[in-house]
Amino acid sequence: MSDTHAQTVRFVRDTMLPAATAPVGERGAVKWLRENLFAGPWNSALTILAIFVLYQALSSIIPWLLNSMWNAGSLSECREILAAKGDTSGACWGVIRTRWHQYMFGFYPPDLYWRPLLAFGLLFIALSPVLYYGSRQAATAIAGAATAFVLLALLGLGEGAGRLAVVGGVLLALTALAWVAPKKLVWVTALYAPVCFLLLWGGSVWSPVVALLGFGLIVAAYIWGQGVLGTVGSVGAGIVLAVLFWIYIDVPLAIALSAVVPIGLQPVASNEFGGFLLAIIIGVTAISFSLPLGILLALGRQSNLFIVKTLSVGFIEFIRGVPLITLLFTASLLLQYFLPPGTNFDIILRVIILVTFFAAAYLAEVIRGGLAALPRGQYEAADALGLDYWQAQRLIILPQALKISIPGIVSTFIGLFKDTTLVSFVGLMDPLRGVTQIVRADLDWKGIYWEPYVFVGALFFVMCYGMSQYSQYLERKLRTDHR
Amino acid sequence: MHMAMASDAPGNEFRLGMLIYDTRYRSLTIQVIVLILFGLAVAWLLNNTVQNLEAKGRTFNYGFLWQRAGYDIQQQLIPYTNDSTHFRALLVGLMNTLVVAILGCIGATIVGIIVGVLRLSKNWLVSKLMTIYVEIFRNIPLLLWILFIFVPLGELAPNPTDFRVTEEMQAAGEEPRASMILFDTVAITARGVNAPYPLLERPLGTVDVAGIPFNLSVLAFLAVVGASFYANSLIRRRARAVQEATGVRPVIWWKSLLILFAPAIVFLWALGFHLEVPELTRFNFSGGVLVQNSFIALLIALILYTGAFIAEIVRAGILAVSKGQTEAAFALGLRPNRTMSLIILPQALRVIIPPLISQFLNLTKNTSLGIAVSYLDLRGTLGGITLNQTGRELECMLLMMLIYLIISLIISSLMNIYNRSVRLKER
Repeated sequence: MSDTHAQTVRFVRDTMLPAATAPVGERGAVKWLRENLFAGPWNSALTILAIFVLYQALSSIIPWLLNSMWNAGSLSECREILAAKGDTSGACWGVIRTRWHQYMFGFYPPDLYWRPLLAFGLLFIALSPVLYYGSRQAATAIAGAATAFVLLALLGLGEGAGRLAVVGGVLLALTALAWVAPKKLVWVTALYAPVCFLLLWGGSVWSPVVALLGFGLIVAAYIWGQGVLGTVGSVGAGIVLAVLFWIYIDVPLAIALSAVVPIGLQPVASNEFGGFLLAIIIGVTAISFSLPLGILLALGRQSNLFIVKTLSVGFIEFIRGVPLITLLFTASLLLQYFLPPGTNFDIILRVIILVTFFAAAYLAEVIRGGLAALPRGQYEAADALGLDYWQAQRLIILPQALKISIPGIVSTFIGLFKDTTLVSFVGLMDPLRGVTQIVRADLDWKGIYWEPYVFVGALFFVMCYGMSQYSQYLERKLRTDHR
Repeated sequence: MHMAMASDAPGNEFRLGMLIYDTRYRSLTIQVIVLILFGLAVAWLLNNTVQNLEAKGRTFNYGFLWQRAGYDIQQQLIPYTNDSTHFRALLVGLMNTLVVAILGCIGATIVGIIVGVLRLSKNWLVSKLMTIYVEIFRNIPLLLWILFIFVPLGELAPNPTDFRVTEEMQAAGEEPRASMILFDTVAITARGVNAPYPLLERPLGTVDVAGIPFNLSVLAFLAVVGASFYANSLIRRRARAVQEATGVRPVIWWKSLLILFAPAIVFLWALGFHLEVPELTRFNFSGGVLVQNSFIALLIALILYTGAFIAEIVRAGILAVSKGQTEAAFALGLRPNRTMSLIILPQALRVIIPPLISQFLNLTKNTSLGIAVSYLDLRGTLGGITLNQTGRELECMLLMMLIYLIISLIISSLMNIYNRSVRLKER
């Protein structure tokens, strides 16, 4: 038996062969190229077309960037230097070097640059409890980075030691607070608006302080009146008191106080603001006010109350139906008709109000989508627990609805920030058109095209892209479903 | 029974406190308060407006619309001279707004679909390039793109005289400083783009309706094209009926091609269709049509900017169709392109249409950015020169907002009808 077997089967392998290497076309770079760039004739044609387009674009952009010239006082000087070097094209960034302060601050007085810088640093410290509430590491890191940035910027501006010490002291104290008690930073957030107003516009210290007293009235009415009037009643009474206070007492009191104790900062007029300072002021203010307003509008549109619902729908659809430019022109041309004769308030404030309305209408639609996406069971569960309307919204509905709407909310914010460039049409000096027009009107830089736009566009890109990346981080962090 | 007793229990007498604490009356109370506050606010605004108008010695009326406008508009789709009325100028501006909006929506949709599909391509290089395009255009203001295209077009592009070849230059064998593109038919100059213009040797004439001339040739051409499409749909329907009955679909593509193109071509040939190419005269181009640089910059910027947003919508829509659908289609033996057209696209469209509508609305409203390049659209005529000449800010701004509002409402209702027709029919 074994004999016959031995004769019919001549060879039996008793060891495993080592695995053969994959064919050349199925491994390494060749495989990657084949799968990702040359999978089939259509795909290969696309790749070749893409390479051609890329070559066309880069072959003119890269030499232009590589031959960048930073040290030139005028366009003709820059071109001469480039010609002397034998380069045909090159970017003349000298225009940014000589005019960067206008791109950043507009016509803000140069010796007061520390004020917007400090306000900018404080902005991040005020934002840190909003973005990362209670996180010691995040709060300290943000505060520390803001402090370092502001101090470096002040050093770069060549500020005196005294001013550096004051600004640095304030910021370092807040950084220490962020480390010791990160939750206490909420107070910085609460007080940020008046402090920022004082820093940016200057003037008497008393106007923001007295205006703050109005909010104090609301809080006081809530604390003492809650027992008698209930939550809604006491807050309503507080608001009525505060409005009366602002209309009749605020201004005379502030004037009287500043006559008695004249302390304050050098005032800066609104028409001196410009550049990214202006864009950030309008953007940040409108963003922070449009979110609560948008939530209220969305709740109004979802409400069962017919009149509230009709008014909300009317407001939202009107604002969304007209271009932002017409609203801005309303701010600059028409508000003088709608307000009592003789009122004339700041153009930046008027623009902020209209931009806030505009963003709020869009936010309302985004948030309405989130509200509609919640299962009905959530509303019914809140009712079954015996929560009243505001408790249900605050504890059950809004946290979930807002979480769903984060991408939409952030893209509305990005849109709002980009739209701040439109304020140039009502005479404000936005970085894109306002400042660039001034720069290009300068005889030294007449005929410069790409550099200012590339510079402003790059800064906008960094800020908007940063916002969208933060929204993706937030989405990942808040995701609770298991996907 | 018990419920009725329970609600009767507190007694029926009405107390003032029930207005706030009884849920039966509370919503009514709140609404009445809101209505009163709203009425007060409106009355306050109206009162202020009346007082302000009186203080300035002005009235509120639209009579100025029938006065002579006295300014020129470069791009006019309906006849207009500076002797026409402000109302006529408004109409010209409205047409200019609409033509940018319509061409922009079409262009942005095409760009958006191509980019959105290419972003999902397996080709690494192409999908990365498309990602870069989308991110760059979405994160930089539209105003920058308009200026970025317009400023060089106006200041770097050659003058018409640069296209001329003088005898000395011929003798020296020099080339002119600029040359026309696309087989010598299009000239890009600092004054605008000279492009060929379609002309007819035997036009059908025009007919005036309410002062707006309608070109009969164009209307007849549209009628011919419409009839071709209708005939084509009849052919397709018959083919489908045959397929249902016999299981074999007859070959109809050549019939479709013939019926779609032959009548239009024959019609154009009968009317003597030809293109008038711009010719260089002594100082400028003549013949053809001069397209404003502002129009081109605005249109291209709007298409590229909105196209990036639409690309994201298209990508999200295609990704929203679950992979099981594709696999099921393959399991049924459908080929990839039939899978795309029969299974994936109809489902993706439902996700794509609603955000697409709001992009169209955004694009239409963004045409008002033509202000940056002095494009005389509705805002440029009614809200610009007319407003400045007559000084009637209140009337002009309110009318302009109303017109934009109507355009927006029309677009959104049209698109909502379409949306309803493709929506999932739930039972």
